Amino acid sequence: MNSNIPSGPLADKWTKHKNEINLVNPANKRNIDIIVVGTGLAGGSAAATLAELGYNVKTFCYQDSPRRAHSIAAQGGINAAKNYQGDGDSNYRLFYDTVKGGDYRSREANVYRLAEVSSNIIDQCVSQGVPFAREYGGLLDNRSFGGVLVSRTFYAKGQTGQQLLLGAYAAMNRQIHRGKIKSYTRHEMLDLVMVDGKARGIIARDLVSGKIERHSAHAVVIASGGYGNLFFLSTYCMGANVMAAWRTHRRGAFFANPCFTQIHPTCIPVSGEHQSKLTLMSESLRNDGRIWVPKKIEDAVAIREGKLKPTELKEEDRDYYLERRYPAFGNLVPRDVASRAAKERCDAGFGVNKTGEAVFLDFDAAIMRYGREKALTSGIKEADNTLIRKLGEEVVEAKYGNLFQMYEKIVDENPYKTPMMIYPAVHYTMGGLWVDYNLQTTIPGCYAAGEANFSDHGANRLGASALMQGLADGYFVLPYTIGDYLADDIRTGPIPTDSKEFDEVEKEVLERINKLMSAKGKHSVDYYHKKLGKIMWNKCGMSRNAKELQEAMTEISELRKDFWENVRVPGTADTKNQELEKAGKVADFLEIGELFAKDALERNESCGGHFREEYQTPEGEALRDDENYKFVSAWEYKGEPKDAVLHKENLVYENIELKTRSYK
Amino acid sequence: MSTVIKSSIARKVVMALSGLFLVFFLALHVTINFTSVVSPDLFNTWSHFMGYNGLVQYIMQPILIAGVIVHFVMGIVLEIQNNKARTVKYVKYKGGDNASWVSRNMIVTGLVVLAFLGLHFYDFWVHEMTYKYIESSPEDPTRYYEETVMKFAPMWRTLLYVVSFVLLSLHLWHGFASSFQSMGFNNKYTPVLKKFTQAYAIVVPLVFIFIAVYHHFNPISH
Amino acid sequence: MKIYLKVWRQKDASAKGELVDYTMESVEGDMSFLEMLDILNEDLIAKGEIPVEFDHDCREGICGTCSLQINGRPHGPDRLITACQLHMRSFKDGDTIVIEPFRAKAFPVVKDLIVDRTSFERIQQAGGFISVNTSGQPVDANAIPIEKEFADKAFNAATCIGCGACVAACKNASAMLFTSAKVSQFALLPQGKVEAVERVQNMVRQMDLEGFGNCTNTGACEIECPKGISLENIARMNREYLSASLKG
Repeated sequence: MNSNIPSGPLADKWTKHKNEINLVNPANKRNIDIIVVGTGLAGGSAAATLAELGYNVKTFCYQDSPRRAHSIAAQGGINAAKNYQGDGDSNYRLFYDTVKGGDYRSREANVYRLAEVSSNIIDQCVSQGVPFAREYGGLLDNRSFGGVLVSRTFYAKGQTGQQLLLGAYAAMNRQIHRGKIKSYTRHEMLDLVMVDGKARGIIARDLVSGKIERHSAHAVVIASGGYGNLFFLSTYCMGANVMAAWRTHRRGAFFANPCFTQIHPTCIPVSGEHQSKLTLMSESLRNDGRIWVPKKIEDAVAIREGKLKPTELKEEDRDYYLERRYPAFGNLVPRDVASRAAKERCDAGFGVNKTGEAVFLDFDAAIMRYGREKALTSGIKEADNTLIRKLGEEVVEAKYGNLFQMYEKIVDENPYKTPMMIYPAVHYTMGGLWVDYNLQTTIPGCYAAGEANFSDHGANRLGASALMQGLADGYFVLPYTIGDYLADDIRTGPIPTDSKEFDEVEKEVLERINKLMSAKGKHSVDYYHKKLGKIMWNKCGMSRNAKELQEAMTEISELRKDFWENVRVPGTADTKNQELEKAGKVADFLEIGELFAKDALERNESCGGHFREEYQTPEGEALRDDENYKFVSAWEYKGEPKDAVLHKENLVYENIELKTRSYK
Repeated sequence: MSTVIKSSIARKVVMALSGLFLVFFLALHVTINFTSVVSPDLFNTWSHFMGYNGLVQYIMQPILIAGVIVHFVMGIVLEIQNNKARTVKYVKYKGGDNASWVSRNMIVTGLVVLAFLGLHFYDFWVHEMTYKYIESSPEDPTRYYEETVMKFAPMWRTLLYVVSFVLLSLHLWHGFASSFQSMGFNNKYTPVLKKFTQAYAIVVPLVFIFIAVYHHFNPISH
Repeated sequence: MKIYLKVWRQKDASAKGELVDYTMESVEGDMSFLEMLDILNEDLIAKGEIPVEFDHDCREGICGTCSLQINGRPHGPDRLITACQLHMRSFKDGDTIVIEPFRAKAFPVVKDLIVDRTSFERIQQAGGFISVNTSGQPVDANAIPIEKEFADKAFNAATCIGCGACVAACKNASAMLFTSAKVSQFALLPQGKVEAVERVQNMVRQMDLEGFGNCTNTGACEIECPKGISLENIARMNREYLSASLKG
């Protein structure tokens, strides 16, 4: 696998590369069309920048507006090595933390580039009017996130994602206004069209009219997000899907590290069978919340049965297990570590809600600490506990008010009075389409950006890094690297859509829709989706073993067969039909799920979010195998997912010494 | 400029400005009227001044009438436009849960006040015009007090006036404060200003009511 | 608990719609409103009927996709939430719930409970941006300090999720709160001041062209806004518009 990493010292690679790649002159850009699928942070920022450079851009999103892409739901923040806090941050440190956080399964050169452009992202967003949080002096504020020892996270209260996306969306609007972007909303990409081995267009469905459309371009950018929804229950939006990426994979793009999934530790636990999605609460809560379960199993049982209130439990009867196991990072260990530790305690019988799958996140200590501080700074000398608590609650409310309110709305309990309950949930997929240094997939002319590609996070993503990567890809990387490829296309002229290639792909797309519509079985699409989710969560979730992964592969394969015979899609295909939309997505989940399990089975080590029970230290920590698994697994499609062929991209570490990741 | 006048915001500003002008006029009107309760002579003097002063008659009176017409016509135009903005109505609509009745029914209170203005014009303005220009009767600086008190002799007219003033109060309750918002004034002084406008909306119509009722129960005995 | 639903069903944009009755036998308080509709749809599919189409996506109150008028109010009876954050514990056993799409001439119905809000898109395209090149090398983010008061106000305006509840609630179907939130965000920041005149004029012109009604300051929008966007923003836009008209 050639990842096209430029030669030279790490810190100079990107500059050198930008200087050496081909450019397209402004007059020629007007003759080149680019399709961008997905309008989240990566797609939106890429579309805006490409249009600004002069290319003709078409964007596609299934939502009714590009602004609704799920990047919007990111709460916590975005990292940048600005070192505004003067705590010793640097590009190298951000690079180092990200590689270490990813458990040494990401590409050095890519991650360094990410750290290098991170500062520029903040500059860019501020100049666009993104209202980041500020201090009283008028300068930008920072906070710290898990797995890191500096404060480098920029944020906009609890909705950093929305504010950044609105920035990218505004930049898109400027280009739509100029006629440089044509925005297709309520459209879904159903397949990729290749002409002479190059990506030259897509087949899309207008979700309102049901019409199948052909769109051609000189290059196609897939920025359609991750595939975490194959777990059914996740923090993803309901519409998130893998269709664009998976269809591209089926056309020849390799799919990398599908088993690398992030399970986020601070989500609201499942309440019942009716549950359709899980809600995440920002990782920033772990800055002040302390995570614990009862020390004694009988206390845990009593709490579960409602006989004992958590607030009644004495300090010495509580097990602050993260602080106990990881004294250096405590509650701020990376997400994979925190999630697994919660699962370990719950599996051991210490879970605290009805289902036994929840741990406490307690703000009591923080409330009292802030309260005392506030009393001192307000000149109140002899404050009693009631007053201190009141003052402390005010401080906590100012910091996390919206999250506490959200929790109370969903759970119907007041988190100021009783500890929150949390449990891990699927949140992000580090795996995705394999891309080289230029973000190009193995299909020439087909690029992947943001969560849809595999690139920068290795086996585990650190908090506040997803927004950074999405915008880095879209604003600062792809617009340059795509020119290198398009420089050869200046004489190509418009790509016709009446070619036999378009005919063939459209025919296949129509056949697939007909097949879905004509399977007049018994079960709804959700029935299959839930079944798949259960298999994934139980056998490919936070901890995995060879036996169960094998079972998962068989079960998913059988479920897929059943689906195609027995799914029931009501209505017709020539109108708005949400069930048909869902059916297409679940059909793809039923394929990637199997590849996911195969990839997890193949990787005989534990690293980051991928924890294989067979490979752990006596203390239950992940045991990596750098000898045999220091590579990216890139899978080539060969029909059935189980027949996929593995290609290895060996990871070379020249600037970082590989160590056992320790947060102790 | 024509595009500005067609814009929704400019139209709202026209509503606000003409409304504020009418509010100001009300203050003047109520002050003069109140003298009828205190001193018939003072009332006669002021009324005569208003009726025969050139500036008032040929400049201020047309402006006032124009103000009323602009406020009324623009109000109707906006109402029609607003109705068109929702062609299919809700089957269930709980407007009362998120906005006051008064704010949602300015057209109702406004039309009642307008109808009242018709009667009021007939009672006083038409009478004055007839007296001065059609019958060309001589100037009589002492006639106003008696004429005014006589108007309130019939119970029905007094009642109509009272009801209209209640609706005027409702109209002012929302409209006065709202005009500042329409002109872009909303800051830390807004809560105080709102209290003032609401006090105004109660006090001014109440004084009008008092005057009407007072004269009804205190007829001139010959 | 048992819940009686009256749901607006409309085959497509041109069809005539009507309220259709459904009975939900066992609804739990912990269900979200949309999960209750999921169950209704599962039942309909099992019975061989066409499920109810409604817009939804993030289900955590931030994407602004859901657009249901529930018992006569956008996003239902509770304040500061979207329909996806509404839980069934807000209702009682035996309640009847009327569910309609957001209604405005500028929000035509697409199907059942789904409306077309592209009018909002066009308003933003008319000027809801700062003309800065994304591929350029802008100045350092801390080069322009911004007073916290204005930064916070700009943020509060920027929290708008574009759901359209303001329009749905307004008796005039006015889009002033939405448009003013966008205008305010940029008007409050030094970066946005440069284009303030054209921005407010272009956005208001587009808003009027779309056929939204006029603002009569009833304040319904502020009450129903899931993000609590303040009427101050409307006043600010009025101010911006007036001063822009006087300048140019």
